[in-house]
Amino acid sequence: MSLPSHHPGDTLLIDYAGGGLCEGAALVVATHTAYCPGCRRMVGEMEAVGGALLDGIEPDETLSPDGLEALFARIDREEAGRPPRPPCQPAARPTAADAPRPLIPEPLRSYLGGGDLESRRWRFLQPGIRCIDLKAGPNVTTRLVRMKGGVAVPQHTHGDMELTVVLDGGFSDELGSFQPGDVAIGDPSIDHRPVSDPEGCLCLATTIGGLRLTGPIGRLFNRFMDF
Amino acid sequence: MQDTHTPMADTAPNLEDLLVAVGRGRDRLAFGTLFAHFAPRLKTYLRRLGCESGAAEELVQEVMLLVWRRAETYDPVQASASTWVFTIARNKRIDTLRREQRPEIDPNDPALVPEPDEAADRRLEARQSNDRLCAALKDLPPEQAELLRMAYFEDKPHSVISAEHGIPLGTVKSRLRLAMERLRRVLRDDA
Repeated sequence: MSLPSHHPGDTLLIDYAGGGLCEGAALVVATHTAYCPGCRRMVGEMEAVGGALLDGIEPDETLSPDGLEALFARIDREEAGRPPRPPCQPAARPTAADAPRPLIPEPLRSYLGGGDLESRRWRFLQPGIRCIDLKAGPNVTTRLVRMKGGVAVPQHTHGDMELTVVLDGGFSDELGSFQPGDVAIGDPSIDHRPVSDPEGCLCLATTIGGLRLTGPIGRLFNRFMDF
Repeated sequence: MQDTHTPMADTAPNLEDLLVAVGRGRDRLAFGTLFAHFAPRLKTYLRRLGCESGAAEELVQEVMLLVWRRAETYDPVQASASTWVFTIARNKRIDTLRREQRPEIDPNDPALVPEPDEAADRRLEARQSNDRLCAALKDLPPEQAELLRMAYFEDKPHSVISAEHGIPLGTVKSRLRLAMERLRRVLRDDA
């Protein structure tokens, strides 16, 4: 597989490394880094910046002086009550060859709870598009979305931010062509109409602040649509 | 007793060695030194994230307990001690304060797209990079350094920092990018 060509970029990677992204957005970024050694390296560097910032932070002088003693007492209690640990048995890992296709990397794989994607309940969104809800909050949804080949999402813009990472197949919009591992970033300044590639598209999408249809007919349907 | 005439840096074992000693031999003296360095900094970190003093101290205890338990898995080639402790503290506070998981790759995942081989060879020693980064952070223009601190210490993405502080989004992005470009040069330039 070729390496991704659409990346989250420095500022989103800093948000991820610093821990400021909500879980759904962090899941998209983390999944991208499984496909992208370059961004993985950058996250490592940004975590090193976090370490240096922690080193340079002004120490809090009000820390209670008996903290260390209390911690050792707790460690002693825990270790007294616990039988010696058996040596680690490395778990047999499934090899890439016998894993189900498409190959979903961690951390997303754990969110899907194992098993075949085909056997899951896919919810209808619009003709040719189905999804599995992974996480939903008051303002954020994280979904696995599957589009049949050549299907168009109606022209829309974004209430806040939408992060999408392609897992299989691909799609194109006004900003380019997105293939496995690529991240698409939608925000209120982006008004687009993504169309899936002929082989279809499987992607992970986190939407913050919802979507707004902007096409001439779509506008009428905004209030009825569950995006 | 510490000899006050001897500079710490020359005689004291570095944080990485101490962490390795905790991992290999459950060395409590080494852990005590790590605790003295990190616990007051972690408390400041957590207070900046909005914890009140008592809750921050409890969370510091939880983080340092994880440092004790996981020290065996610490690899000084991969990360400086400060970086490693930072990631543990970050994940723990996301878990405790936000009740969310921290999604991260599994470095042993067979589905992970591997890194080209040559990249690993050119990597700086983690401790050396930490020293360089600490120095470079002091040299950053103040407006870049301040935004970087907000990005790491405020539990908010840069878009929210922009809105709350009334700094245009483009300015936030360019300052963070400039800061990161400079720090990356420090990390990648082995001259």
